[in-house]
Amino acid sequence: MTAATIFQRPQSLTERITHYCPGCTHGVIHRLVAESLDELGLRESTVGIAPVGCAVLAYHYFACDFQEAPHGRAPALATGAKRARPDLTVFTYQGDGDLASIGTAELIHAANRGEKFTIIFVNNAIYGMTGGQMAPTTMPGQVTSTSPAGRDVDQVGYPLRVAELVATLRTPSYVERVSVHSPGHIIDAKRAIRQAFAYQKEGRCFSLVEVLSTCPTNWGLTPLASLKWVEENMLPYYPLGLKKSPEDEV
Amino acid sequence: MAKKLMKGNEAIGEAAIAAGCRHYFAYPITPQTEVAEYLARRMPEVDGVFLQAESEVAASNMLFGAAAAGVRTFTSSSSPGISLMSESISYIAGAQLPVVYINIVRGGPGLGGILPAQSDYFQACKGGGHGDYHLLVLGPSTVQEAVDHVMLAFDLADKYRNPVMVMGDGMIGQMMEPVEFPTEGVAAPPPKPWATVGMRGRPQNLIRSLYLDPDELERNNLELRAKYDAMERDEVRFESYHADEETDVLVVAYGTMARIAKTAIDELRGQGKRIGMLRPITLYPFPRVAIREASSRARAVLVVELSTGQMVEDVEWSAAEGVDIHFFGKTGGNIPAPEDIGDEITKVLEGRARPRTMVPLAEEAS
Ligand SMILES: Cc1ncc(C[n+]2csc(CCOP(=O)(O)OP(=O)(O)O)c2C)c(N)n1
Ligand code: SF4
Repeated sequence: MTAATIFQRPQSLTERITHYCPGCTHGVIHRLVAESLDELGLRESTVGIAPVGCAVLAYHYFACDFQEAPHGRAPALATGAKRARPDLTVFTYQGDGDLASIGTAELIHAANRGEKFTIIFVNNAIYGMTGGQMAPTTMPGQVTSTSPAGRDVDQVGYPLRVAELVATLRTPSYVERVSVHSPGHIIDAKRAIRQAFAYQKEGRCFSLVEVLSTCPTNWGLTPLASLKWVEENMLPYYPLGLKKSPEDEV
Repeated sequence: MAKKLMKGNEAIGEAAIAAGCRHYFAYPITPQTEVAEYLARRMPEVDGVFLQAESEVAASNMLFGAAAAGVRTFTSSSSPGISLMSESISYIAGAQLPVVYINIVRGGPGLGGILPAQSDYFQACKGGGHGDYHLLVLGPSTVQEAVDHVMLAFDLADKYRNPVMVMGDGMIGQMMEPVEFPTEGVAAPPPKPWATVGMRGRPQNLIRSLYLDPDELERNNLELRAKYDAMERDEVRFESYHADEETDVLVVAYGTMARIAKTAIDELRGQGKRIGMLRPITLYPFPRVAIREASSRARAVLVVELSTGQMVEDVEWSAAEGVDIHFFGKTGGNIPAPEDIGDEITKVLEGRARPRTMVPLAEEAS
């Protein structure tokens, strides 16, 4: 019997060992993006835009061209790149501080213009890179270094539901929320990410996939307990599923 | 090509097209919105991209993405808008990208006013954004020169992979003058093998400004410094108007102020007075050597600006030792008439003006 390769590193990932903390799901999301680029044959024509956040060094792990944006501005860079070269596949990879706080204006207007690039939005309910401060997506009551008594919704409001917010825009787009806290969810997340790139490949529409992710380090939980925390705390507030499809009536 | 009568702001837009630029991203602000309005019509005619951004923050970051993807790209704005762009200008300088900025300066600080000013000299030449970087800054004094500078700006931006700013004021933007657009001899942009346009078989291209390793960041800083050294050596531009003669008063002014000063100087020279002018054309790199040499032949120097005194600091540290430096400025959108400047020159000539450096020193001593 000859040996057959049944599982390997996607071509769109480099061999470099990531700097992500043990148990952090950034790595899983990287892989899903890379598999999608491979399967759709897009790697050689792709330009990624890195955020400011834990994924700022994503360009070391993706085997494609990359630009590194100022904090929150990735959708504006992506707009410039895609308008300059519509033949390129352009995606941003952004955390919740980057996309949902400092970069809200750039997000909403890129989506509203229907820019034909893809946003991979990693929602881990906290600022990871700067050491665990409150994000716009931090859960009610969640303790962070800048909400030591837990997020007080009377003072700072409720967590921002980005996918639903973007889905209210009339301009056609593809918006879905997925999670990577279990193998079944990972498979579904892969489907959504691939779909987003497929729509871009067709020149169809703006696409955003919000991925619920973990930050064991700043949540103060083990990797396993973090996965459970996503299920128990984030899923009820951040319902998974398709929020908007380009097939929807305008 | 025949001369065409055009408004400064529209001529600036057409000059960018003549330079081969097809990607313009901007946000409206007086007194330069006509650039956007002109290009909203004109870009589609040449299959170009015109995009009104949601803010100057976004516009400048769109330039970032477009320049990184290898195309010529530019924006136009005015002072408050440039302040918002300053974040990305710093990143663009750090990432070594060719981008062209037009700043039609208006009075500040804050919302200030909408009338002409030269009060953003510090911002343009000394920073604006954070970090060790420089813009190459050009200061046109006529509409034709604005056209020439816009075209030159694209070449210089590509040559140095550095952001370049053309800084005018509302007078340049609003003036109607005959202009000519060179059509022949416009060089094609150089190849950009560093651009992020998909790997297509080559190793990864990366556009970034983050260097966590101190030695790597220092290497980037030194690379930038080497470019600025080269600019200071090769790109200094200025106009000498009788400044190579012995003068009793050497006027130093740039942009539209130099133009008004010239009228005053002609009048006084007609009366036999020995007045000359040195007009910096590149504000960074500043014509330090030219100022030193011209001021060594002068009895006194008078700096004229539409500000309370910004470029005058560069004149002070460039000028020949011992020469008195005077300053005359108007702000708020007030523009001196040639007679106002003539009066100031005469005061200096007759020893009735107090040199600028004496004020703080005398106060310190008391
Ligand atoms: C203009 C600016 N403000 C603040 C920072 C500091 N900063 C770096 S990353 C970050 C937040 C990142 O959080 P998030 O986007 O949630 O990504 P994560 O690290 O969790 O993946 C902040 C505030 C910065 N780099 N630039
Ligand atoms: S700090 Fe949090 S988000 Fe960042 S790598 Fe570590 S676990 Fe992941």
